[in-house]
Amino acid sequence: MGKSLYQKIFESHTVAKLPSGQYQLFIGLHLCHEVTSPQAFAQLREEGQKVLFPERTFATVDHIIPTTFPERNRPLKDGISEEMFSHIENNTKNNGIKFFGPATAEQGVIHIVGPEEGVTQPGMTIACGDSHTATHGAFGAIAFGIGTSQVADVLATQTLAMSPLKTRRIKFTGKLKPGVTAKDVALAYIAKLGVNGGVGYAYEFAGPVIEEMGMEGRMTVCNMAIEGGARVGYCNPDEKTFEYLKGRPYAPKADKWDEAVAYWKSVATDADAQFDDEVEINCDNLEPMVTWGITPAQAIPLNGNMPKIDEFEGSEKKVISEAYEYMGWEEGSKMIGRPIDIAFVGSCTNGRLSDLQAAAEIIKGHKVAPTVKMWVVPGSMKIKVEAEALGLDKIFKEAGAEWREAGCSLCLAMNPDKLKGRQVSASSSNRNFKGRQGSPTGRTILMSPAMVAAAAIEGCVTDVRKYIK
Amino acid sequence: MNSIDIVKGSGVPVRGNDIDTDRIIPARFLKCVTFEGLGANAFADDIAGLAAQGKVHPFRDPAYKNGSILVSNQNFGCGSSREHAPQALKRWGIRAIIAESYSEIFFGNCVAIGVPCYKVSHEVADKILAWIEAHPSEELVTSTESRTLKMGDETIELTLADGPRGQFLDGSWHARSALMANADKVQELAAKLPYMQFLK
Repeated sequence: MGKSLYQKIFESHTVAKLPSGQYQLFIGLHLCHEVTSPQAFAQLREEGQKVLFPERTFATVDHIIPTTFPERNRPLKDGISEEMFSHIENNTKNNGIKFFGPATAEQGVIHIVGPEEGVTQPGMTIACGDSHTATHGAFGAIAFGIGTSQVADVLATQTLAMSPLKTRRIKFTGKLKPGVTAKDVALAYIAKLGVNGGVGYAYEFAGPVIEEMGMEGRMTVCNMAIEGGARVGYCNPDEKTFEYLKGRPYAPKADKWDEAVAYWKSVATDADAQFDDEVEINCDNLEPMVTWGITPAQAIPLNGNMPKIDEFEGSEKKVISEAYEYMGWEEGSKMIGRPIDIAFVGSCTNGRLSDLQAAAEIIKGHKVAPTVKMWVVPGSMKIKVEAEALGLDKIFKEAGAEWREAGCSLCLAMNPDKLKGRQVSASSSNRNFKGRQGSPTGRTILMSPAMVAAAAIEGCVTDVRKYIK
Repeated sequence: MNSIDIVKGSGVPVRGNDIDTDRIIPARFLKCVTFEGLGANAFADDIAGLAAQGKVHPFRDPAYKNGSILVSNQNFGCGSSREHAPQALKRWGIRAIIAESYSEIFFGNCVAIGVPCYKVSHEVADKILAWIEAHPSEELVTSTESRTLKMGDETIELTLADGPRGQFLDGSWHARSALMANADKVQELAAKLPYMQFLK
């Protein structure tokens, strides 16, 4: 019987079965950022341990870094942020770890920098102290988020104690209509399978919609696996994957290329592989999706109605009531036409070049509504440079949007970018949790970058399709 | 590392499904280079949000201030992988958690810091929550050994998989020593992985 990519990589990376019943898994690539790593490096120092494979760890600074000047100049005005920045710089320097920092113009959101530099490759196990690590699964890797104690385990042993997951293949069939994007596909599977439907599973994303999609779209789909409860989400590697990697700074060079591609092809799911569960989602009639509540699963097609509280029972009913209470919207009404205050394009979900291009295409020749502030935050410094070479910065600025420096920014508001009070944000990020965007009462509507641009123009949630040229 | 079996203490009822890690510890409190002091900010925004409505969150309610067993509903700890969330709960005083279900990363982080997370059915969770609300200062006792909760005169069965139960009992919840023991095998496996040659 054939095997899935998940099974193949899990098996080839198993060092031993541990007395606890878990498996000791070798980690091929470890990614680090400033928020979840300082305590791990401190643990190693206290225990007198060394980083075992420093060349398998790469780091950047993304969560706390300001996205505007002069705030971005060192030392950062916020003392604790500066301390965190110095810690990641010193910890990487003292341990011989590569740091993709602003000084070398390689900085960016860790899940954007990994693929961009070519350190993310098919057939690897990839761990990072960040739940959106599944992003790297788009390349045909097993990538997952870990906690800080596990970051210390990886640094000290290059391994983790893990239990194998069950596998679920989600086949996206049909064809996406114009204006419908990878983000809508992501929100659709999360809405269908639920916010905890993926707990205990690795998701394989497959089918013609995924095959048709570019690498950046696949990264968006994998990025949000955790929002559906799945710690791991991946796509099988194909020619698009290899094409994306070719020539990247850390990708295999010409003399190793054929060998690399042969290995990458070998890890793909076999035709006769069995899954613990299979789901098909037909995308022919998929519409742009928007969230209305306080979890990413509380998403509806743009022209749909929000649910009625009475459609639910028991504890679910309580969840839905709580969402309405927080958002302050009338049950059963529509999202289209709801005013917004902030429009945010960026994050590890949708801060790549194609995302900025999609938003720019919509906003070109229009103005951001006077009631709205729009922030466009490239996912990395390299993306910023590429976007500027294409003139995207001019398009955004002429429309009245702010063109910023790379970082996580308003996605989780650990830097100065925050919502105020009850502001409503149309956001291309990944979480609409209560208080997520920096104001304990702030509200987030998740949508695609193109939808964010359309909302910025009209000052309210609107249908991007009327702006498609 | 130590064996973790019995946890004794009063309960803290945190009702609700999908209580995410941004609510357990809002992102602004992740600005730190140690986990110390996180306990004071556990559920900070939920506490403030309820206070604005004249209500009190269990983490601020004097009745539960000495509690050590947190009880909740479905999908507790979903969202971000931040270990700061279980660290904040532990530093507030929580030593064991009982809920209908958990996010995987949160559960794993709790194992890694030695906080047992037990599962119960929806009906049992509601019963325990109601009991704690009626008896806020009375002692509860959980045991990883027997997978039970003693609540008043009752003994309630708790679910904890054999794997993590064994880890709590034999001290291997702290994974590092078991991982270190296989150092030679790690090098052998690394030498066999094709991509170790690809990354320059």
